[in-house]
Amino acid sequence: MRKDSELREFHAAAWDEPVVMELGRSGARGQIFPAPEAEVTKTVGNAASLIPDGMARNDAPELPELTEFEVQRHYLHLSQQVLGMMGISLFGTCTMKYNSKMVEQLINRPELAETHPLQHPDALQGTMQIIYDLDLMLRSLSGMQRFVFQAGGGADAAYTMAAVARAYWQERGELDTRDEVITSVQAHPCNPATSAAAGFKVISLPLEENGYPSLQALKAAVSERTALLMINNPDDMGIYNPEIKEWVKAVKEIGGLCFYDHANFNGVMGKLSARELGFDACMFMLHKTFGGPKGGGGPAVGAFGCSDELVPYLPAPVIAKDGERYFPDFDRPKSCGKIREFWGNVPIVVRAYAWVRAMGAQGIDLASDISVVTNNYMDKKLGEIRGLEKSHPDFPKWRMEMTRWGLGPMQQDTGVGTVAAANRMADFGIDPWWMSHEPWVVPEPFTPEAGELWSKEDIDQWVAAVQRISDEAYSEPETVLNAPHNQPIARVKGDWMEDPDQWAMTWRAYVRKHLDAAPGSGAGTVDAIVADPENRG
Amino acid sequence: MRVGLVINPVAGMGGSVGLKGTDGPDAVSQALSLGAVPLAESRVVRALRMLNSLRDSIEWIAPKGPMGGDALAAANQTTVKLITELEPSAEATQHSAQAMVDDGVDLIVFAGGDGTARDIASVVGWKIPVLGVPCGVKMHSGVFAITPEAAGRLLANLVKAAPRATEYRHAEIMDIDEAALRNGHLNARLYGYVNVPHMRRLIQNAKATPQVQDETLLDMLGHEVAGELQPDVTYLVGPGTTAKRPLDALGLPSELLGLDVLRDGEILASDATSAQALTVAGEGPLHIICGVTGGQGFVFGRGNQQIGPEAIDRCWPDCVTILASAEKLAALAPPELVVDTGDPALDSRLRGYTRVRTAPRRSMMMRLI
Repeated sequence: MRKDSELREFHAAAWDEPVVMELGRSGARGQIFPAPEAEVTKTVGNAASLIPDGMARNDAPELPELTEFEVQRHYLHLSQQVLGMMGISLFGTCTMKYNSKMVEQLINRPELAETHPLQHPDALQGTMQIIYDLDLMLRSLSGMQRFVFQAGGGADAAYTMAAVARAYWQERGELDTRDEVITSVQAHPCNPATSAAAGFKVISLPLEENGYPSLQALKAAVSERTALLMINNPDDMGIYNPEIKEWVKAVKEIGGLCFYDHANFNGVMGKLSARELGFDACMFMLHKTFGGPKGGGGPAVGAFGCSDELVPYLPAPVIAKDGERYFPDFDRPKSCGKIREFWGNVPIVVRAYAWVRAMGAQGIDLASDISVVTNNYMDKKLGEIRGLEKSHPDFPKWRMEMTRWGLGPMQQDTGVGTVAAANRMADFGIDPWWMSHEPWVVPEPFTPEAGELWSKEDIDQWVAAVQRISDEAYSEPETVLNAPHNQPIARVKGDWMEDPDQWAMTWRAYVRKHLDAAPGSGAGTVDAIVADPENRG
Repeated sequence: MRVGLVINPVAGMGGSVGLKGTDGPDAVSQALSLGAVPLAESRVVRALRMLNSLRDSIEWIAPKGPMGGDALAAANQTTVKLITELEPSAEATQHSAQAMVDDGVDLIVFAGGDGTARDIASVVGWKIPVLGVPCGVKMHSGVFAITPEAAGRLLANLVKAAPRATEYRHAEIMDIDEAALRNGHLNARLYGYVNVPHMRRLIQNAKATPQVQDETLLDMLGHEVAGELQPDVTYLVGPGTTAKRPLDALGLPSELLGLDVLRDGEILASDATSAQALTVAGEGPLHIICGVTGGQGFVFGRGNQQIGPEAIDRCWPDCVTILASAEKLAALAPPELVVDTGDPALDSRLRGYTRVRTAPRRSMMMRLI
């Protein structure tokens, strides 16, 4: 029998699959419908005549023509050529979690899927109850007074904070002088970006020797101009800043607001409360920490919560309760306005609600313990592999739920850096690792995060892949540098993505830029790219 | 791709025998008499080994013998053109570099330290990008790869990559007065700038977004600072491409390596000494605009000694504007800036934290030691 730590070999399916526009043949159809009965035609006329002239298009759309069976086979092939997000995906800073299929069934039920926020509130009581109750649950995890779920992701929730702060200072007549936001170089890049978008100036603090910015740097940055502090703790280094209460105090003393970006909540959930630490507001990623899916760039929800003092400035509506009846409260004269249409991505709110109900308070508490233990188990094993180095190696304490690692030594010794190694991971059926947000404070970074989902066997598999890559880097670096080898396509031509003359977001653009540009040559066609032996795994 | 190669065969020889460098024939013979052995050629061969699979993709042009030809032969590289062999010297380096400029090469690779970099830069300027194989004792300039292998890999990537994936950035040419250093004084000067190739990371990752180029952000920052200039204030604009951005934004001429004095939209003195600048300023309000040296993080005292302690003392902290790209600051490890104004009391007053402006409306709080 195979030992758990033995690396399993893998090879992806390689179907040599054309794009759908190049499949099929003229006249092929998925379904052939019978002609309408004469009486129907007589009553309503033919279908084309029902479309108003102003809305009818002149040319038929260029659609592929295939049978239903061929369509299914095509998409089955495509799905077999990707890793499917069901591998061992220790994608740090993202807290990858399994999305329960039972909950997927629930959110597809018509009671949710076929409703609309413009329906009469009496017909949405159940949905509003779930939103309201999740608000209560998040309050107990944070100490905040009210949550809204409008933001369509973490960055949108950070923007909500910036918009709320702007409304808060505007009402006090101080927006002209409170124009600075303080954050760190390792806070999520959306913190400086959203503050800038909301019109604030941004001061960033660098990480110092302990792996977090120093209190002295913060105090030097704080002034009468400070509108807001936006900070993660821990950030992607996985190091908890033990001085955080003094940070909040330093900002509150001059009247500034403090925002706790809980993008890295998994290691501290159930262990601390943002409000008890003195923060005025916080943000949770429902699509990460709270078990919602996070593929394809959304839909997502950044749950934004704040203290009593900031509640009046929240975007409208908030879901409120009057006796036994829930209603969307639009009557909020001090509101910062809309962040996103309607109430946010309600199906994600329902998934998060289901996750919290399933985990319970004790389960959440235990999950954060498991996250931290798993990461430190992984750290120990990674520390024994040649060519790896940990950020802030002299920092004496345990890391939280993730650790920033780097391949700096390996890159210098062998030329194998983090991009090559990530490509090679895919050869073992493992999702290429997450590297790092900008700036790269550790050379050739990668940031694994195991969370509470993956088993010890999975972690061992993942570490075994890293061990193999290290062995290869020091003995046969070309194997890593030319990876992947076991995937349907080895390398995408990356420079195309940065060249407006080459990139094509639509088939029409592709035809214009590549097929029409070189008639008959065949060069640059989809066939030529995929079939080029140098591009094949 | 056509690439020039110039080796300073004696570079780095001083290090192993405790000399601070080998600038000048006397230092070379002293190093040799102390038992130093030439090592530049073997380091270049190490770099060239990274190109084994690309042998036919590069057309080399190099001086015959120890200044290039020998290393290319040792690494089995195809050489298309050899320049007459010369006795190694600063003049020989400059002569070779000039021949490569005339030939129209795409890149000049050189092996040496800061002295060699200066010789190359004095001829090449902005005309052709330059890449240094690190061999010297002193390497304060920003043109060197971290290791010979890293230089080789960068070159291999340049040959292989699409041209769009290559960026060029400004690198400082710094050098230290070796004689002063042997007497215990560190006295660095900024000699100029060259273009160095820089491989953009082609990260195909869900979360990676295209970065606005540093150059663009600094350009915008220059316009922002230019818009803040106040009437009647005398501005001392320090050396360096970053510090000069506000002058560029105003369309004013500037002395890249010197101190420019600006008031009310007019350059009152160019390439000024500290004393001249203070005379021009008189008793009126004074403001310093300066940059940060790459790699070492000097704000005052390296490359911009012209500003002088008296002006700094008058301006610090409210009337000093420090400009640097976020990337330059991120590369400082540990993340701190250094001052060496020549006045220890002033240095200690400067210590603490200061803001460095990195882009319009963006700044970084940096520790200053």
